[in-house]
Order: sequence, then C-alpha cells, then structure tokens
Amino acid sequence: MTKLEKKDLLDIESLSEDEITLILDTAESLKEISERPIKKVPTLRGKTIVHFFHEPSTRTRTSFEIAAKRLSADTVSVSAATSSIVKGETLADTARNLEAMSPDAIILRHRSAGTPHMLAGLVKGSVVNAGDGMHAHPTQALLDMMTIRQRKGSLKGLKIVIVGDIAHSRVARSDIVGFTKMGARVHVVGPPTMIPLGIESLGTTVSHDIRRAVKTADVIIMLRIQKERQQALLFPSDREYAQCFGLNREVMSKAKEDALIMHPGPINRGVELAPDVADGPFSVILEQVANGVAVRMAILYLLLGGSR
Amino acid sequence: MKRIWIRNGRIIDPETGLDGFFDIIVAKGRIERISNQTSEMEKADCEIVDAEGKLVTPGLMDMHTHLREPGYEYKETIETGCRAAAHGGFTTIACMPNTAPVNDNQSVTDYIVKKARRLGSVRVHPVGAISQGLEGKNLAEYGEMKAAGVVALTDDGNPVMNAQLMRRALEYAKGFKLPIISHCEDRHLTGKGVMNEGVTATRLGLAGIPNASESVMVARDIALSELTRAPLHIAHVSTEDSVRLIREAKRRGIPVTAETAPHYFCLTEEAVIGYDTHAKVHPPLRTARDVEAVVEALRDGTIDVIASDHAPHSSVEKDVEFDMAANGLIGLETSLPLSLSLFHKGVLKLTDLVAKMSTWPARILRLEYGGLRKGGRADLTMIDLEKEFIVNADTFQSKSRNTPFQGWKLKGKAVMTMVKGKIVFRED
Repeated sequence: MTKLEKKDLLDIESLSEDEITLILDTAESLKEISERPIKKVPTLRGKTIVHFFHEPSTRTRTSFEIAAKRLSADTVSVSAATSSIVKGETLADTARNLEAMSPDAIILRHRSAGTPHMLAGLVKGSVVNAGDGMHAHPTQALLDMMTIRQRKGSLKGLKIVIVGDIAHSRVARSDIVGFTKMGARVHVVGPPTMIPLGIESLGTTVSHDIRRAVKTADVIIMLRIQKERQQALLFPSDREYAQCFGLNREVMSKAKEDALIMHPGPINRGVELAPDVADGPFSVILEQVANGVAVRMAILYLLLGGSR
Repeated sequence: MKRIWIRNGRIIDPETGLDGFFDIIVAKGRIERISNQTSEMEKADCEIVDAEGKLVTPGLMDMHTHLREPGYEYKETIETGCRAAAHGGFTTIACMPNTAPVNDNQSVTDYIVKKARRLGSVRVHPVGAISQGLEGKNLAEYGEMKAAGVVALTDDGNPVMNAQLMRRALEYAKGFKLPIISHCEDRHLTGKGVMNEGVTATRLGLAGIPNASESVMVARDIALSELTRAPLHIAHVSTEDSVRLIREAKRRGIPVTAETAPHYFCLTEEAVIGYDTHAKVHPPLRTARDVEAVVEALRDGTIDVIASDHAPHSSVEKDVEFDMAANGLIGLETSLPLSLSLFHKGVLKLTDLVAKMSTWPARILRLEYGGLRKGGRADLTMIDLEKEFIVNADTFQSKSRNTPFQGWKLKGKAVMTMVKGKIVFRED
C-alpha cells in the first residue's frame, strides 16, 4: 500500500492495519524534515488548511500547525472564542461558510462527539479529527503507536496498560482500538467510576489495581485526571487518587525494567504522575510530542493526495 | 349533513368484543346503525365509504403528544398537529403541558381547548402541569384546570425530583379524579447523558443514561401510588427493569397503568450510530433486551397503552452537534403503522392492539369512549392492514421532520379518520 484512499481521518476504527502501517512509515520518513536546519519542504504548497479548534488545546493545535507549515501549506486558525460561534452560528453553518472558501483540509477539535463526522458530510475537503468529545483522538493514537514502534520494534504481542479516567478519555478509546488492531493486548486500570460500561467490547481487559497491572506491562500510559471530575463524584480527592492510581517510584519498582511510560499530556504533576517518574529514564513523553508533528505531517500529506 | 354508509368493513371493538363484517351508517355525528343488512332505503342518498377488505375500529387515541402551541409554533401548531393526528388515524389526542407559557393554569388550558375547537380536526384534551412552571416546587391549580378541560397532570420532560411533591400531587389530584402521568427519570443519574449507557455509548464516546435512571423513579412512584392509592400512569416505559416493577405493582393491585411508544419496541440504541440526532430521545433508545421486555409487556398486558410521544423539533434543534440536539421524535404519522408490526409479527391480536390505542387511553383519562355501538359517537378509524408504503417525512402533515424512520418500509396504515361523523382524513 502506498496511498491512502480516504477523504477524511475521523477515527481509528475506520483504518485498516495496512493503512495504519502506511501512516506510520510515512511519518518515519517525514520525521527527518524536522531535524533539518531549514525545516520546510514544498510538498503542500498552494493547499489551504483550516485549523478549527472549538476547545482549548496547546499541544495538538501547535503540532498540527507546525506539521502543515513544514509542508508549506497555507494555514488559517479559527478558535471558538474568535469565531462566529460566539455570535450564535451553528457548527453546520460555520462549516458551510468555510466550505465556500474551498479549504483543502479542515482540522477539527470539538467538545462534542461525532462533530467531525457531521463536518465531513458537509465539506468537500478533507476533515481530520483532532479530538471529538470522549469519542476519538486518532492522531494521538497514531503518534502513540509510532512512539511504541520506535522503542519496541512492533506492537505485536506487547502488553499495554492504560491507567486513569477511561470513561472520559478519547485518547483511551482510540488507543485501545489502534493497539489491538496492531496486535497488542490492552489492559485498562482505574477506579470503577472511571471505567465505562462495555469497554471490553473494544478488546480490552479491565482491573482496578495499578500495582498488579504494571508488573507485566511493556508500556504504561497514564491519563490526565481532570479536576472537575471530582464534582462528578468520580473520585474523592487528588491525594487519594495519587495514592491509589498514580504512577510513582514505588509503583514503578514493580514494573518491568524496560517498561515505557507515556502520557498524552498535559500532565498533572503529582496527581497521576509523580515528577521523578515523568522526568525519569523510562518516560518517552517528549518523544510522543515530537512524533506528533511527524504523524500529522504524514496524515496531511497522504490525505491531500501524496503517496509513498 | 349527508349520512355516511361505511360498507362491509371488518369491525373490531375491543370494549364489546365485536369482531365481524358489518355496515355502519353514520348520521348527525353518531352511529345510527351497525348491521350486516343495510336496506336499499337506508343506502339512498348516503355518501359511500367502501370498507371492503379494511378494518374499522373505534377512533384511535394518542394520549401523549406535544402540540407545541402556545410558544413553539415553528415546530408545530394545534392545527398542524391535529392534521398529523388525523392522517395517522387518531381521532383524539392528549397534549402535554410543556408549552410556553406552560399549561399550568386555566387560561392556558382554555386557550388550547378553544383553539383546538376552532382549528383542530380531531379532539384535543390538554394535560396540565403537576407543578407551577414545571419547576417541581409548588402544585399547579388542578381544580381550575380540570374545570377548563385538563384530563390528567404531568411534568413531562421534567421529572418530579421531589418525592414529597409527587406524593402531594398524587393525593391532591385524586380528589379531582385526575390521573398523574409520570415522566420517570432521575435527573442526577441521567447527568449529562445523551443516549443509553452501554457498549454503543462507550464506542461513540457519548455520555450514557443508565436504565436505573428510569427504574428508580418507577419504583418510587409505584411506592407513592401505593401509599396514596391514587392512579398513576407511567409514561414512555423503555426498560426491562421498569417493566418488571410495573408487572409486580399490578399484581399487587396498585392502581398503576403504563404506556410505551413505538420507538421503544422498534429501535435500539444502535439507531444512534452515526450520531443521528433523530434517534436522540428521552428516555433514550435502549438495548435489544429492553425491546424484548417491552414487547413482552405489551403482550401480557403489563403495558396498557401505545402512545406516540410525538415531539416535533425543527432543524434548528436537530441539525446540530449530538450533545446539543433536542430530545424527541415525531410519531403521530408513524405510530399506527409501526404498532401494526406487532400484529403482523403475531405478538398482539388486533383487538388487543386496538385496545392499547383506544380503549385503554380512554379508560385512563376517563374520556367518553367512542365505542362502536348504535347511538355512539361516530369517531372511527379505517385501517388498511396490507397497504405497504415508504416513510417519507416530506409528505407529513406535521410541521416537523424529525423522524428516525425516514425511508422505512411499513405495512398497514389508516386510510380514513372520522371525527364526530365528519371525515377528517381519507386516502384511497
């Protein structure tokens, strides 16, 4: 496979194993561009990409913008606060208006699940899901896969443990689907209040004891705990969460020696991740961020007609 | 007015057990005669309705519709809602109080009654609010509303979260012989939920509403009905656990009745896949297991009534993000055809199906029943059981188009609706 025969990237479910491999291979080959003194190639010259971020985001948004610029695309950025949404315009109308200006791709981040699907039906250009509600975050899953592949050679046969608020995490959902597709075994850990009903149907096992779960893990992915979830009665306090479900040196002492530690960011230092672990030797968190740019370059390149 | 001769239809009346081929002569808004031998003299200058091969039933009643007037006339009006009802085979509808202003006082009731009399083609009975402004704080004025024409009370759409208020409502309403219709939902358990909690919600990344959100309130309201011995009607039953609770309550002689809507026996949560906002409804569409339980409850009589919960919304409320979309779907023009699927599948006998859409609603709301007997009111519905058609919302009489059944091929529909002896809908 050398081409991605798709208009949009909406979720990981709709990608085949071959398509995922194509994206990751392409990302590997594009990664080198970011290491050059002049970090720019003319590949997407004359293409217009709209970054439509309806929810706050630093990492993902910057990553997408850098990816587009390194490929020489013209980029425009729209955020909810600066868009007509504050004037009461509906998403559908905003989409129709953007469409009238013929962008080649729209990168959408939105707090409601399903919005990229809705947008994809309204515009001729490509739609890339940069995170929709609790549903999917496909580029994050791809950059996670890229990072794991770099360190471990392949995902096949690995045991990957994801710890945290699985219920509210689009990253967890996309990771589970992608990892299992690529042959890894996924296990999720969190208090039962954070484990959504029927998550096993995505191909994961579930437990509530991080100390046991890390023992056999090749990769440990810690999810961000959002403080506002306390009000939703999911956990009593940061302190207790850190004690029972956080990753610290004591928990790490039970893990395999070569276990990787990952986090989609932003980190709550001292809550889900102790500082010494976040900055420690097993952490590949910043590699994830670097790979994010490469994966997004690959996706833009492949969706806008490029081939390997 | 010309007399009408409805010729040789299969006449079913669940109340009297009548089931056979008869002629019906209608005159002056009443049934003049039901017989299998109509004399030439009687036939003379009659308008003829050929009911050969058709079913003629007492006028169907839909005890759960939203007419949206006053306040949301862009979604539906009393006039368009009545027309949709007539096209769906209904001669009588009861409309919910969540209008703007809320129907929580006699002047709003009076407005609806008068407007329906002037513009409506079918009979309209308003349902009043349990609490003032549907706010769940103070009782609305049941006595005055009753005098103005309400036939029941509900805070439909807004669950009554305060159990003490529910208790007092049941007690106070009992004195006016008004049933309480309960929208059973625990707000806290629903939380930010937008669809059924379970595998599909988890996959779609949508917040879930557990079955318990409904059943804990069903359990509470049954306990309150037992305490007060006041009649309680549970609206739109959607879960297996609710069914079990209601079955048990009935066995124990508690004065509880229940309804469900066609979408709770025709659709599962999977209708939401693809983020179809037309499948967003409260209570949410549930699993196949719940659907089975609802069907069984219809069969064994645990659920007495099929009502549409006709909830018109415009594209302004539905053509948006799933999270933000309004709840509800229109049902007046699909309710009977969808319900007939239960007959075609052999789940319900025709007479039981007709009872759930006429006799039972009349009994619960204490309405005069348009039974098929000499001298009775000529409210009747003629149904072609075999007629196949494809649902096309663009042809609906309702102002709104929010149906998840668009494009469905259905079998059986109303072909004539008669109210007070007047044909308000007819198709060949």
